[in-house]
Amino acid sequence: MSVTEIIFYAFAALTIAGALGIVLTKNILYAAFSLLLTFLGVAALYVVAGADLLAVVQIMIYVGGVLVLMIFGVMLTSKTTDKYLPSPSHNRIAGALAGLALFGLFFTAILKASFSTLPWITQAEQHSRTVSESTIAGIGINLMTDFVLPFEIAGILLMVALIGAAYIAGRK
Amino acid sequence: MRSWFVRIVYSGVVEAGPVRPWRTKAFAKVYGSYDKIQSFYNIMFAFLFFLAFILGYVVFAVYAERKVSAFIQDRLGPMEVGYYGLIQTIADLIKLLQKEDIVPENADKRLFMAAPVLIFTAVFAGFAVLPLTPDVIGSGANVGVFYLLTIITLDIIGLLIAGWSSNNKYSLLGAMRSVAQIISYEVPLGLIVLCVVMLCQTLDLQAISYQQGIWINQYAGNGLNYAQEVNYLFGISNIDVTQVGGFLTWNVFRMPLFFIAYIIFFIATLAESNRAPFDIPEAESELIGGFHTEYSGFRFAILFLAEYAMMLLVSLLGVVLFLGSWNTPLPNVGSIKLAEWTSGVPGTVYGNLMGAFWLLSKAMAIIFVQMWVRWTYPRLRVDQLMYLCWKVLTPASLVLLVLTGIWRLWM
Repeated sequence: MSVTEIIFYAFAALTIAGALGIVLTKNILYAAFSLLLTFLGVAALYVVAGADLLAVVQIMIYVGGVLVLMIFGVMLTSKTTDKYLPSPSHNRIAGALAGLALFGLFFTAILKASFSTLPWITQAEQHSRTVSESTIAGIGINLMTDFVLPFEIAGILLMVALIGAAYIAGRK
Repeated sequence: MRSWFVRIVYSGVVEAGPVRPWRTKAFAKVYGSYDKIQSFYNIMFAFLFFLAFILGYVVFAVYAERKVSAFIQDRLGPMEVGYYGLIQTIADLIKLLQKEDIVPENADKRLFMAAPVLIFTAVFAGFAVLPLTPDVIGSGANVGVFYLLTIITLDIIGLLIAGWSSNNKYSLLGAMRSVAQIISYEVPLGLIVLCVVMLCQTLDLQAISYQQGIWINQYAGNGLNYAQEVNYLFGISNIDVTQVGGFLTWNVFRMPLFFIAYIIFFIATLAESNRAPFDIPEAESELIGGFHTEYSGFRFAILFLAEYAMMLLVSLLGVVLFLGSWNTPLPNVGSIKLAEWTSGVPGTVYGNLMGAFWLLSKAMAIIFVQMWVRWTYPRLRVDQLMYLCWKVLTPASLVLLVLTGIWRLWM
């Protein structure tokens, strides 16, 4: 096994351990902190895959934004004297069935697809052979040229959400 | 094990000698190419240096803080232990490490014990992308400053864990205040950093450092090549200061409004590191100690270390982004080549020593200003805090962002 593979499996194990922690724990704050492990693991996997900007964005948005907001929400809404904020499990059988079905779907799809022949994979492989540099410049230029419309629409959407949140919070 | 040892010894110690066996092909076959060895050595050096430096600096900074506060309040400060109280902090440290590591009965024990480690790790990880000298940088990652701003948000999670797991209302309140403040001030901070990134056209802190001095044309790496770059004073295209260097090529002089930007940056970083006048998260008179109320002994020492390391990190970041990084402040004046004399050529021992010297001295000066501010201004109320952030600093940094963009287009 090469060093890269060992690193990959180590971080994959971290990601899965975090995900299992979220599902299995009864304490909702433990679940939030397990989510931190998963996010960090996924960011590390992005780095292994050569997507440096994506990895940092992953931590910035999911850890710095989403996770902090979630923990904040939990802390503000529950009494601090309740030591355990329970998150009981409901609909176990239906949930397990849905999970297994989704897993089966993805599993067969991945097995059936021959990734090495997909056009965009081969293209990316050729690209990565010629350019071992960072992805930032490419992403930046593409965002400002070919993908400027979706980029701006996303910006407007976020702006609307921000104004809406301020309006709701500011209403007496 | 042996090969690592040989790599380090050859690349570090023997570098100055006349025989360079590690540059031969036979050596490269066994131990890897010279560049790889060199970068490995630099990474290890940067890691160990920053770790050791933070530990030494904290001892010094605590003493300095007590002395500075004493002089500002017309007192003498610690005078008893050692000459002029010089080893007072070491005595305090020994006392601190001897103390019992108390974990409260009703605390969430595992999280309580893990939180200080997470906080310090998050802050220390930020040092990875800071350049120390023209050659030594932990990670030359292209994402540089973006990574730095991101990784220190892990600090927030650590604060929340510490505050919540203590199961103490003061701790929880402190953590809440701290997190609300840090998240708010990340907005102007991020916008100001974006201004610098826009002017420099790179996220790599080493490239930003090279741009601010006389060695700008020597930088090539990470897909950038500055061999043809020219530095203009305030970006005005008939004052060429590329060969003059010194403070005239610092970022604060490359764009006329960056003085204001640096002041906003400084205020935002004060709030980020919970320093007075933004210290409501740990306001001793209201909250005992904020999120670290319940900590004692070694874990408290780590939290303290993280707090001072954060001060150092933001000071270093400010120096790298605005105040010329490891470049000398002295310009070349005619035939008196002050800039060249006080900063050796990158790649030489002298160049590296001077680089580290200038970077760290500037950071120490900024830390002194932080202490000065702390003992001069009273604490802000929470509404004043939010007013300053959202109604003063954020609009100002948005305006600066637009102006920097226009300036960059005209330059």
